[in-house]
Amino acid sequence: MGVKSLVFHSLMVTWKDLMELFRNRMGLIMLVLMPIFMMSMVGFIFPSSTSISHVSVALVNEDEGYGNYPSASAMLIAALEKMNNSTDMMTITNASSLDEVRDMIQRGEVEGGIIIASNFTSSLITGKQGTITIVIDQSNPQMSMLLQTALKEVFEQIGTRMAEQYVQRLPGVDESNSLAIVKPYSVQTEGAVPGHFSYFDFIAPGLMAMTVMMSVMTGLPAAISHEREVGTLDGMMVAPINRLAIILGKTLAQTARGILQGILILALAVVLFGVTIHGSILLIFALLLLGVFSFVGLGVVITSFAKDQETAMMVMMTLMFPMMFLSGVFFPIQQMPWYMQDISKFLPLTYAATALRKVMVLGAGVPMIITELAVLIGFGVVMTTIAVPVFKRAMTR
Amino acid sequence: MPVIEADNLTKSFGKLVAVDHVSFSIEEGEIFGLLGPNGAGKTTIIRMLSTLTRPTEGTATVGGYDIVKDDNGVRKLIGLVSEKIIMYDRLTAKENLWFFGRLYDIPKEIFNKRVDELLGLVQLSNWKNSQVGTFSSGMRQRMNVIRALLNMPAVLLLDEPTLGLDPQSSVEVREFVKKINRENKTTIILTTHMMVEADMLCDRIGIIDHGRIAALDTSTNLKKLVSGADKTILQLEIANLTTNIVSLIQSLECVSSVSQDNTTRIKVHANGDDAFDTIIDVIRAEKGKINSVKNLEPTLEDVFLHITGHEVRDKADQKIPMRRHRHFMPRARVR
Repeated sequence: MGVKSLVFHSLMVTWKDLMELFRNRMGLIMLVLMPIFMMSMVGFIFPSSTSISHVSVALVNEDEGYGNYPSASAMLIAALEKMNNSTDMMTITNASSLDEVRDMIQRGEVEGGIIIASNFTSSLITGKQGTITIVIDQSNPQMSMLLQTALKEVFEQIGTRMAEQYVQRLPGVDESNSLAIVKPYSVQTEGAVPGHFSYFDFIAPGLMAMTVMMSVMTGLPAAISHEREVGTLDGMMVAPINRLAIILGKTLAQTARGILQGILILALAVVLFGVTIHGSILLIFALLLLGVFSFVGLGVVITSFAKDQETAMMVMMTLMFPMMFLSGVFFPIQQMPWYMQDISKFLPLTYAATALRKVMVLGAGVPMIITELAVLIGFGVVMTTIAVPVFKRAMTR
Repeated sequence: MPVIEADNLTKSFGKLVAVDHVSFSIEEGEIFGLLGPNGAGKTTIIRMLSTLTRPTEGTATVGGYDIVKDDNGVRKLIGLVSEKIIMYDRLTAKENLWFFGRLYDIPKEIFNKRVDELLGLVQLSNWKNSQVGTFSSGMRQRMNVIRALLNMPAVLLLDEPTLGLDPQSSVEVREFVKKINRENKTTIILTTHMMVEADMLCDRIGIIDHGRIAALDTSTNLKKLVSGADKTILQLEIANLTTNIVSLIQSLECVSSVSQDNTTRIKVHANGDDAFDTIIDVIRAEKGKINSVKNLEPTLEDVFLHITGHEVRDKADQKIPMRRHRHFMPRARVR
C-alpha cells in the first residue's frame, strides 16, 4: 500500500466525517456558538482597560475656609467636577461627615467617599499640606483598588496644577518653567508596536490556539471511541486500508473543524473587539496547524487507552483544564508561582499561544519565533512516534 | 483445498478463555454455521477470522492468507456483517456504500453499477438518497448485509445476521444469504443462537459452547446422534400434572432430562428400549391422566442438550445465569 492510497483513504475518512458534521444541524450551531460565547465572555468580563465609569462616590466637604481667602476646597471640587464631566467616572453625592459616608457604604449606596479636611484652605494658605481622605469599601477589593488609583491620579493632577500656579507667583520664576519645577520629569509609555492594546489582544491569539488544538485533542478520541462503540469502526478496520488512514483522516476532519472555529474567533476579535493583526495571516494558520500536529499524538494515545467515549471524555476534561490555565492563555505565565511556570514549559499549548501572540500582536516573522516552532515540531515528532505503534496495537486487541 | 482453516484458534481476555483451541475447516461454497448460546465465543471467532482481533494462540487462514501475517490479504477477500449495524446514520444509503466501497479501491464505473445492483437486490433502490438514520431496523440490516458484499467477497462472515429482526425480515435476510451463496459460490460462515436458522441455512453446523466446538457435522448427522435406536423423546400432556410427577420421572434411571413446557405439557428425553413403558407406569402409579403422548423427532435443540448437557438460552429476555460468560463477548467491553 503506497502513500497514494494512504492519502486517498484518509481523505475518504475526512469526507465522511465532515459530511456527518455538516448534516448535524444542532452540532453545527454549537460549533459556531461556542467561540462566540467564549469570546464574549472573555471580552466583556475581563475589562479591556482599567477605566471605571459611573461609580457613586460620596463627597464630604468639611473645609471651614480661612478668613477672606477664597476657599481652596471649592476650587478643588470645581476642578474635580470639571474633570468628571468629561470622563463620567463618578456620580458624586454630597454627604456631611465620615460617619455618614461609612453608613452609606454599608448600605451599599456608594462605593467610596472623598473627605476634604476642615483645615484644608487654612493649611494651604499657611503653607502646609492639605489633607484629602479617600474612604474605600473593603468588601470589594477590586473596585476600591481601581477607585483608589483613579482618585489618587485625579487629585495628583489637580494638585500639580495648583502647585504650578503657586510656583508661578514666586519671584524669579519663568512661567514656562513652572511645571518643570513642580514635576521635574514626566513618564511616558511606548509599545513595541504602535497602537492601542487591550487585554483582548493578549487573549485572542491564545484563545485561537487553544480552540483549535483542544478541538483536535478532544474531538479525535471522542470520534474514534464513538465509532468503536456503535460498531462502525469495524467497517473501516475490516477494509484493506492502512490503519493510519483512519487516524489521519479523522485528524484532518477535526483540524478542519478546529480551524473553522479559529477563523470565527479571529473574525470576532477583529470585528467586535478591535484587535488588529500585525503579522502574516498565513503564518498564523501555519502555526495553528503546527499546534495541531504537536497535539495529535496525545489525542491518539488517549484514544488507544480509553475503551469507551465516556472514559475518553473524562480523560480529556481532566487534562484540558490545567492545560487551559497553565499555558498562559488567560493569564500571563510570569504571574504564576515558579513550579507552575515549570509545568507550563512542558505544554505545547504554551508555545503555540506564545508564538501566535508574537505574530498577531507584535507582527513577528519566522526568525523571531524559531524556538517555539522547534519546540512544537519536537513535541509533534516525539508524540507521533509514540502514538502510532500504540494505536496500531490497540486496534487489534 | 479448504477456504478457511482454523488451527487451535484461542483467544483469552485476561484469565477468561473466550475461544479455547478451536479447529475446523470450511470448503469453498459452503454455508457453515456456528451455533451456540450468547457468550459461547462465536463472535470472537468471527472477529479473529476477520482480522479485527488477534488470536492469543493458534492460527487460521482465509483463502490461504494467514489472519495475522497477511491480514490485508484476508481483508481483501472477506465481507463482514457485524452484529452491530455498520452504517452512518447521517449519510444516505448511497453515500454509505460509496464510502465503504472506496476503501476497497474498486474502479469507479464498476463500483457505481454494483451499488445500484446491490440496492436493487434488497429492494432499497428508492431509498438510496435517504439517510440511513430514517430506515427501519429491517432496512438497516439489509443495508448492513449489502455493505459486506461491496467487494464481491469470496468469504462472507455473518455475525447473528437476524438478531433483533421481526420474523418476516429474518426470512428475507436468510433467503438473501442463500441466494448469494447459490449465485456467487460465496463461502459463508455465520453465527447464530437460533436453532431454526442454523437448521435452515447451514450445510454444516459447529455446536459451540464455552469456547469449544462440542460437535461439528451436518444437521442430519447431528440429529442422528440423538435419535439412535435406544433414544426416545416424548411429549406428554398430563391433565393433572404435579411437581411430584415431574421429579419422579426425572429420578428414573432411563431418563436423561425432563423439561416442562407449560402447566400440563412435559418433554422427556430417555434411553433404553423399555423407557416408554417405564415412564407411563410412573405416571399411572401417580394417578396422572395422560391426554396425549407424542414421539418427537429430535431437533437441534435436543442435539445441543444431548451434547452439552444444558439447554441453549435463546430468548433475548432470558438472563444468562453464568455471568462470566458476558466477558467473552467483545460487546461486553463497551458500556
